Amino acid sequence: MSFSERRVRAILRKELREFRRNRSLIAGMAIIPAIFSIQPLVSVFALQSSASTPLSHEHVLLYMLGIPALVPSLVAAYSVVGERQQGTLEPVLATPIRREELLLGKALAVFLPSVAVAYAVYALFLAAVELFAVPSVASALIRSSDLLAQLCFTPLLAGWSIWIAILISTRSSDVRVAQQLATLASLPSIALTTLVALNVIQASLAFALVAAVALVLLNSLGWRVASAAFDRERLITGTKS
Amino acid sequence: MTSSEAPNRDGFALAVHGLNKRFGARLAFDDVSFEIGYGEVFGFLGPNGAGKTTTVRTLGTLIAPTSGSATVVGIPLTPENGVEIRRRIAIMPESPGLYLRLNVIENLECFAELYEVPHSEDRIDRALRAVNLADRAHDACGTLSKGLRQRVALARALLSDPEVLFLDEPTAGLDPVATREVHGLIEELRQREVTVFLTTHRLDEAERLCDRVAILNTTLRTIGRPHELRDRLFAKVLTVNTVAPLPDPGRVFDGLPAVDSWRPDGPTTYVLSVSDSAASAPAATRALVADGADVLSISESHHSLEDVYFELIDQDEPVQ
Repeated sequence: MSFSERRVRAILRKELREFRRNRSLIAGMAIIPAIFSIQPLVSVFALQSSASTPLSHEHVLLYMLGIPALVPSLVAAYSVVGERQQGTLEPVLATPIRREELLLGKALAVFLPSVAVAYAVYALFLAAVELFAVPSVASALIRSSDLLAQLCFTPLLAGWSIWIAILISTRSSDVRVAQQLATLASLPSIALTTLVALNVIQASLAFALVAAVALVLLNSLGWRVASAAFDRERLITGTKS
Repeated sequence: MTSSEAPNRDGFALAVHGLNKRFGARLAFDDVSFEIGYGEVFGFLGPNGAGKTTTVRTLGTLIAPTSGSATVVGIPLTPENGVEIRRRIAIMPESPGLYLRLNVIENLECFAELYEVPHSEDRIDRALRAVNLADRAHDACGTLSKGLRQRVALARALLSDPEVLFLDEPTAGLDPVATREVHGLIEELRQREVTVFLTTHRLDEAERLCDRVAILNTTLRTIGRPHELRDRLFAKVLTVNTVAPLPDPGRVFDGLPAVDSWRPDGPTTYVLSVSDSAASAPAATRALVADGADVLSISESHHSLEDVYFELIDQDEPVQ
């Protein structure tokens, strides 16, 4: 029997509808990007044109890749264990859905808004810099290579964070524990992007390509590992099969 | 096999042989065997912790049996067949498990898509009308009462037109009106020849609705039609009441046709164990009249399914 896109779409649509009506979730998704952008914006606005030379040798804006690494982890960590605690998981598992379809639907439902939020915040940040920062600082910060890196790595980092968080969610029995662990698990990605942004790790095309290929592989592996870790019996009865 | 193929209705809707489920050292149920025909309403009774819900989850492919075998709608119960089995059955768990932020229609839409039902709008409409919820279709499930949520869960279970419908305590916590509506729905399902596997604590419900019942207390204690179980466990009894004590009751009751034994039960009451009440009651009446007794009543004592249940469950050790 083949993989059903219709069942994946059903889960995706259901999750998006639930997100839309969950104000605390929307607030949670908005707070992290705000933290990531407001204080740095204030700092950028305060920079004089003398700062533009050192800035042109750094990739400061890549620190904003922390948004796609962090924003989806809280929501994805809720996805399985939250349904389990609500008592809505058993009826879903009683349908013909496969675990791979269920998890892909859930992952997409977190991925789409997270990437949209990350791109939107980045776009707003760039617009603010362009409009209100000293022109030489703006041109030192906004570079096409960084823009390309942001466009490429945002979905890859979001996907990786989501699969890690879903994996944690399938094995946890408490929503809060799952969310704390998922936040912790996203820290290495944030640390790595921050080290690149601060020029501690030298950004280069080769590094970017290796990192991109590694993330593509990890995303593919993440889906498989999370699906393998999804134990219907344990999730329903709380007992290992 | 695809859902568009006509279901094969040869054989049994459910056939279970020596099924066993352990959770580590804990035995959920053991050596359970039964067969259920298509269109049958089958009651599955037992105390809390007897293994009823675990049996439903096992037959619904939600959890794997430890040993034994089963076929569900003619398909062997194996992990590889899980998707196909789940496509052809539906389970209504005890807790409705609705998405409370979504409205009724949105809940049903999600499940119609998960079952990949054709013409899902029509099917949802039909399911809503079946449970009398068409007027609440756009209400958020979080605003519905428990009874209404239970009805939404039932509509959800009907969406896929299942061949076997597992109902796990469908009337638990419902008021009498809502309970009666659920009973009416089960009767309708019987008319449509849907096989219903009903787990319940309510013995009156099982007696009223079910063609056959099984009583589980980790192992299967008995199975059969309610009246067969009564006959199997309890002797038929005639109770005779007279105005005054009979001077020699042995002269009246000894040797009557179909009367196996008799005993006094108070000064003017006599209890007769009979093999055939239709033969023994007229004979006893004639003998009493011939003896000059003034008869107040001759009645057949009825044992309920509840009597059967307690007779079997009270004998058991506490459930593991």
